[in-house]
Amino acid sequence: MNPFQTLSRKLSILFGRKRFRDELDEEMAFHRAQAEKEFVAAGMTAEAARYAAIRQFGNSTQLRERSHAVVGFSFETMVLDLRFALRQLRKNPGFALTAILILALGMSASVAIFAFVDAALIKPLPYANPTRLMDVTESLALFPRGNLSYADYVDWKRMNTVFSSLAGYTGDGFALTTPTGTEPVPGERVAVEFLRTLGVVPVLGRDFHPGEDVPGASPVVMLNYRTWMRRYGGRPDVVGKAVNLSGVAYTIVGVLPENFQFAFRDNAEFWAPQQPTNECEKRRSCHNMYAVGRLKDGVTVAAAAADMKSIAQQLERQFPDSNRGQGASVMPLADAMVGDIRPILLVLLGGAGLLLFIACVNVSSLLLVRAESRRREIAVRGALGASRSRLIWQFVTEGLALVAAGTAMGLMLADAGMQVLTRLISKDMMIGMPYLRGLGLNFHVLLFAGLLAVLAAILFAVTPIFHMAFSNMRDGLTDGGRAAASTLWRRMGANLVVIELATAVVLLTGAGLLGKSLYKLLHLDLGFQTDHLATINIALPDALFSKDAQVVAFARQVVQRVESLPGVQSAALTSLLPVSCNCNTDWVRFVGRPYNGIHNEVNEREVSAGFFATLHTKLLRGRYFTDEDDASKPNVVMINEAFARKYFPGEDPVGKQIGDTQLTPRSIRRIVGVIDDFKDASLDQEQWPAEYQPFNQSPDTYISMIIRTTQDEQAVLPTLAKAIHQVSLQAAVEEGATMTQRINDSETAYIHRSAAFLVGGFAVLALMLGVVGLYGVIAYSVSQRTREIGVRMALGAQRSSVYQLVLREAGRLILIGVVVGIAGSIGAAMLMGKLLFGVHAWDAGTLAGVVVVLSVSALMASYFPARRAASVNPTVALRAE
Amino acid sequence: MAKKPDLLPGTLDMLILKTLTRAPLHGYGIALSIKRLSDEVLTVEEGSLYPALQRLLLQGWVKAEWKMTETNRRARFYTLTAAGRKQLGIELTQFEQMIAAIGRVLQDAEV
Repeated sequence: MNPFQTLSRKLSILFGRKRFRDELDEEMAFHRAQAEKEFVAAGMTAEAARYAAIRQFGNSTQLRERSHAVVGFSFETMVLDLRFALRQLRKNPGFALTAILILALGMSASVAIFAFVDAALIKPLPYANPTRLMDVTESLALFPRGNLSYADYVDWKRMNTVFSSLAGYTGDGFALTTPTGTEPVPGERVAVEFLRTLGVVPVLGRDFHPGEDVPGASPVVMLNYRTWMRRYGGRPDVVGKAVNLSGVAYTIVGVLPENFQFAFRDNAEFWAPQQPTNECEKRRSCHNMYAVGRLKDGVTVAAAAADMKSIAQQLERQFPDSNRGQGASVMPLADAMVGDIRPILLVLLGGAGLLLFIACVNVSSLLLVRAESRRREIAVRGALGASRSRLIWQFVTEGLALVAAGTAMGLMLADAGMQVLTRLISKDMMIGMPYLRGLGLNFHVLLFAGLLAVLAAILFAVTPIFHMAFSNMRDGLTDGGRAAASTLWRRMGANLVVIELATAVVLLTGAGLLGKSLYKLLHLDLGFQTDHLATINIALPDALFSKDAQVVAFARQVVQRVESLPGVQSAALTSLLPVSCNCNTDWVRFVGRPYNGIHNEVNEREVSAGFFATLHTKLLRGRYFTDEDDASKPNVVMINEAFARKYFPGEDPVGKQIGDTQLTPRSIRRIVGVIDDFKDASLDQEQWPAEYQPFNQSPDTYISMIIRTTQDEQAVLPTLAKAIHQVSLQAAVEEGATMTQRINDSETAYIHRSAAFLVGGFAVLALMLGVVGLYGVIAYSVSQRTREIGVRMALGAQRSSVYQLVLREAGRLILIGVVVGIAGSIGAAMLMGKLLFGVHAWDAGTLAGVVVVLSVSALMASYFPARRAASVNPTVALRAE
Repeated sequence: MAKKPDLLPGTLDMLILKTLTRAPLHGYGIALSIKRLSDEVLTVEEGSLYPALQRLLLQGWVKAEWKMTETNRRARFYTLTAAGRKQLGIELTQFEQMIAAIGRVLQDAEV
């Protein structure tokens, strides 16, 4: 049969639907009339004959539908079903909105986190044949992925038989002179075959030539694409131009492609061949670089690792001094680049998946409640000739409509969620994750969302089918039979709700504790006044400031210049800003005390005369430094109270002398003052003893400046760079930031904030799911017990006792959920002890708050079904029997 | 009401086509004809007759037109087409093959 003819006839019927139906009706009427005539002829009365004919003929609506099904398109029925489904959902907007919202939330969390998983773990690195690229480094017991030394790297390159090419790279910084002053810019020094190893070709100009990494070769450099755009306006004639980097003239030979990324140093603007000229690269014991290698065909990762390890052992025997304990590490480059975030992402994805599953189960429980309350409607429709499959299909269509709406909304929420999550990642961390650039609803993510939608749709289709299969449709007319399925569902649903509520308690408590920690952290008394304080970092090119006297002169002038700016009260210098870390430490020894060789580790900072006054800290004993404490004067030092407490208990430290572990004469310095403790370390670290030396006696070319302002510190920031450049155009000035910004953006604050946000987000989702789940179970139970309630009321039960009946059932579930949840959350809080700051895992306030929030929302959710139960009309409920 | 034997599945189309080989008939006429020719053994349910007729129309095996009956009522008469005649041939062959096969099995079972 010609399918084209069939189609054309189907189409003609589709458009002439009314004629088709009329003809069919007329034909069937004729049939009935003929049958009637025959019955009359056989001796029946006219009326009896008519009934007999109709009975024999059967349900004409059903008949017409079946004829229609033969000729119609199946989508026609679907459109009808869909229209009916939408009407049903509109009629019950509360149900529809809840279901869609729940689905959308569950969906969005999963999709947003999947987008990160896709970007970080699934998408291949943008290099040629990326799975053959290996991260090759030395390894120590303490540092499994330790730096390589240049000499070892050269030997590895020569001796290995497993890599078709092995290319080293090391981070560097350049001072770039621009029309507006000197800027520090991140750069990278790489082997000449670095790009060829990765399989990356410059978008403009040429790759490095062999020999350009030999000391003395004329310096060449390649630009990052963004640098080319930003600093050179994307002009193609940039190739061949000269650029002055840290006082050396480089020739630009090429530009990296736009999609080029290198997670270890993605912000590097200038890429130069690595000439082993710096001090470190001349010593085998100094480690400052890494390498990337491309495996030869047929070589496995394990084989490569084994080869490198045997080379490392050989070198260890050859150079026992420098290479003791230096092993080798070979791992896929992708693993090294993604590193620690793989487990975090997978845990998050698992959590989001679980939430989505719970969301879906909740929605299907809501669907069941509705199916239950529509038993009569279904039974009536069945009696009027709707086939069972048609009825099931109707439910499926409703489920599909919900999934479609939920998915659409979920995608929008996911898009917003991704942006929020990306914003949670600090700028510094983002540099290490270039693969997150351009994160969004791409093809993979949409595919994943589609897959989730299909799974959800299947679940929603299966639920009512099970329900209808277990319950006898005819019972619906009498409100009679209670299927085994409903009891099963009630029990399963109740257990599920307890788990949901307990999860919500755990997450809410976690979020509460983390939120409280964050608040405590950001409102910690740091021992100095953090507002009205601006900060800026300055790097002086070593080549131009090789003498201490030059640096000291610059320091004096720059403080004077900045202090003369409007709105500035005072300015001072330090080698490291407050609220950084317990780092840059020194080992001290006390003059006139026996020494047993232990390391007395203290923080060491070099600060200028006005530093403590500018911070607004308290002097406890002795005196501050003055500007006269310089190289021409005896060495002096100030200590903090923690230092005095630990090393001079019950003594006055002022006047005492300390030195290095050898008590080298030039290291001996006299303590002139004790300062109150303030936060050198990061926010959540403990207070360490600290010593402060005068900047003028121990100057450094990398300087941080603090500026106390009388007006808004933000307003002073833009004027700083210009003032500093007025003192020296060679000084590279980083972008300034207020002290408050630095504290809020510090890694500690960032980790606490992200943890609080993530857990908080999940907690809100879990709470909503738990509450909706509870509503579903209680409402279902009420719909099942309508008759029982009717009987109770007929026997004299008050409405209040019906309320009690329902709320007691809900209360029991809530109570179990809360108790299990509290036990779980104390356990969970102990596990995240490191993330908690200033609060205990069993913080009563938080726990009480969580219990109140959860109980109130859960009771509210059960109030609605309770009210419906109490408003049952006993006569109606009993008549339905 | 005593239960009459159901039609063998898949044979309705064939019976309709066969009935129409002699003369064009309306739906009621087809049902009546099958009932009479089978000595009242086979009854065509109206519930299956009309969907089947629509299916045959769609396949192009029958044509339908409105005509007057002898009692002067409008009725839709179905006529066999050439394609329908060919289809009937195919279905008869298949049916005979199947009956023969069933017969062989039953005979064998009796031995």
